[in-house]
Amino acid sequence: MSKRLVVAIAALAITASGAMAQEVKVGVVLPYTGIGAELAQQIDRGMEIYLKLHANEIKPYTFKFIKRDSKAPNGAEAKVAVQELLTQDKVDALAGFVYSPDAIASAPLIAAGKKLAVIMNAGTAFITNLAPEFVRTSFTMWQSGYTMGVAAAKDLHAKTAVVAYTDYPPGKDSLEAFKTAFEANGGKVIDTIPAGGPGAVPDFTPFFQRAKDEHPDVLYIFVPAGDHATAAAKTYAALGMRAAGIKLIGPGDITQDIKLQGMGAAAVGLITMHHYNADLNNPENKRFVAAWKKAYGADSTPDFMAVGGYDGMAAIAHAVKATKGKMDGAEAVKSLEGWKFNSPQGPIMIDPQTRDIVMNEYLDEVVLGPDKKLHQKVIGQTDHVKDECKELGIGRCAAKK
Amino acid sequence: MNVAASPARPAVATPLDHPAARVLIGRHRLRWWETLPWLAAVGLYFAFPAYLGFGTELLVAILFALALDLALGYAGIITLGHAAFFGTGAYTVGLLAFWGIWTEPISSLVLAGVAAGVVGLLSGLVLLRTRGLTLLMLTICTMALLEQAANMAHDYTGGFDGLPSLPIAPVFGVFEFSPLYDNTQYVYALIVLLICFLLVRTLVYSPFGQSLTGIRENLLRMHAVGSPVRRRLVICYTISAALAGIAGGLWAQTNAYVNLSTFDLDRAATVLIVLILGGYGRLYGAFVGAVAYLALEHFLARIYPTAWQLGLGLLLVLIALFARNGILGLGEALWRRYGGKRAAS
Repeated sequence: MSKRLVVAIAALAITASGAMAQEVKVGVVLPYTGIGAELAQQIDRGMEIYLKLHANEIKPYTFKFIKRDSKAPNGAEAKVAVQELLTQDKVDALAGFVYSPDAIASAPLIAAGKKLAVIMNAGTAFITNLAPEFVRTSFTMWQSGYTMGVAAAKDLHAKTAVVAYTDYPPGKDSLEAFKTAFEANGGKVIDTIPAGGPGAVPDFTPFFQRAKDEHPDVLYIFVPAGDHATAAAKTYAALGMRAAGIKLIGPGDITQDIKLQGMGAAAVGLITMHHYNADLNNPENKRFVAAWKKAYGADSTPDFMAVGGYDGMAAIAHAVKATKGKMDGAEAVKSLEGWKFNSPQGPIMIDPQTRDIVMNEYLDEVVLGPDKKLHQKVIGQTDHVKDECKELGIGRCAAKK
Repeated sequence: MNVAASPARPAVATPLDHPAARVLIGRHRLRWWETLPWLAAVGLYFAFPAYLGFGTELLVAILFALALDLALGYAGIITLGHAAFFGTGAYTVGLLAFWGIWTEPISSLVLAGVAAGVVGLLSGLVLLRTRGLTLLMLTICTMALLEQAANMAHDYTGGFDGLPSLPIAPVFGVFEFSPLYDNTQYVYALIVLLICFLLVRTLVYSPFGQSLTGIRENLLRMHAVGSPVRRRLVICYTISAALAGIAGGLWAQTNAYVNLSTFDLDRAATVLIVLILGGYGRLYGAFVGAVAYLALEHFLARIYPTAWQLGLGLLLVLIALFARNGILGLGEALWRRYGGKRAAS
């Protein structure tokens, strides 16, 4: 039934868009090649699904995407792409930005170009301070890390924690967020262990053995999703840490939906904090996942990156309608300040002060479902989570330039 | 250049009259085709003003490749770690500007060159005692150590995220760097490149440059004729490092941004590919290689954002198969085979 409905809406959209149609040009800057290609695909598809499911609402506007590869996460490539999109293609809005350096390097251009720029992934907290045109629909590392710090102390009743993290900005951010919240709620972080870099998967055994010897209640880890997370979960199982009474917890990056099945049985029991998982039980998400599986295959799944793209597209569509297609930068940003949307991840809002997303965080546990696949079960929920880095004014989050 | 005037001296029997001396001196003379790249660069400014952001990136890449050419192409120092100096220069400019210590662009650039030159001198004194693969490994190590140091000094360097929105003062207090249009940056980078190029050109055609080529071609013989081999290599390496540092400083200034990628193995490898593609030890190889590689990459990626690497890979395979000496080497071979013969007959 719903499938037919979607097709009908799409058909209607095509016939209805005639003379009235007004084209909105969106420059999409994503790493289409290299290690980030999978992430770019998730975001691209998230945007597509939004347009498919809301074909009726976006009339009479049509969207033209100009896609540019941001290549390696060094910022320079993204900057040239943004420059050409603004000065040559004269886009009405910018979207994308998987890696924080890409958004950071482009910030002066975006401030000068005065066009709405929607960040769909990059999670370094202070980015939105760099240009007033930035609006973020993804997350900051603080939102999951801080909330997990609170939950570890209150819901999991942990008194002591050890943090093992991959030694780069998201890892350090996540560590600081967790530590700040955990210690404010009566816990104590007894050790922090830098566990290698993001480039290659290290052998986690020495790091985890050190953690095990310190007998904390929980081991909080931040490692990149995929191979790192899989190796970490396996090392945790191999060292018998669960039997030793140490819970493995972390932000939801480590249980990214597209990587979850690959983690195998070792992941069962892992507890994470995140704003989205594909198993979330709400009507919007059911519609989103169903449309996704129909379009890209039953075995494919959206993840939090895809939702960042979906919500970002929704934000752009809202700004287009609010400005009647003119997409003046300041007006578009203004229309999004305080904007509320019913997303697959639950209700979200753009904070009028910081232009960062405000959303629910879910405490998830990895379980083995009756279909012999891994699923994430929501065991706790925190509503309306803001970016605590800016709320508390920590480091560069405080410095508004 | 003054040297260009020397053949006009009266023909008296001096050592300068020796055929070998005449060849050496004659090499300094500017040939007509040497103006072409510069005319093209000026032409780009007027013909495609919307591409100046990419053009600036190209000029920086040429300068970096030119610096590498001096060490690798002329002196035969096998290095895969030249980003160590690029990064040092970039961070010199970046740290000074970000922390509000010094934002004047030209003097910052000189400081970037000096800082990178010092790193080059110190590391060169140790590294250049080795040769071949050992040297290659050690250059990568130096770069990795510097990258890690920049990562660990996260509070000052911003780590992986880098230092954002650098304030760069206007050139001569007049010409401001606009973030959206790169006109000033382009002209500024072009002038810096021209000055550095003239320096390198004079250097490689001088007796010093000739001795570098000698060291590359036959080390034993250079030792035998009493040439101070190690000292020359260290000097060459230091100059090359300083130029790479200037390229890095220029990158930081024109992007108003610096991050760990300036120390990346990726960057060191790309500049090597650019140089080999264009033809190393040929001065203009850096120009041809950078334009061919980066322009192809840029425009292929615009048209096929997901599949552009295929086209680039194909080009590299073809070059490796049919043009071992790079594009300039191929051109020279063709000229000798067809054009040159006709001219001789």
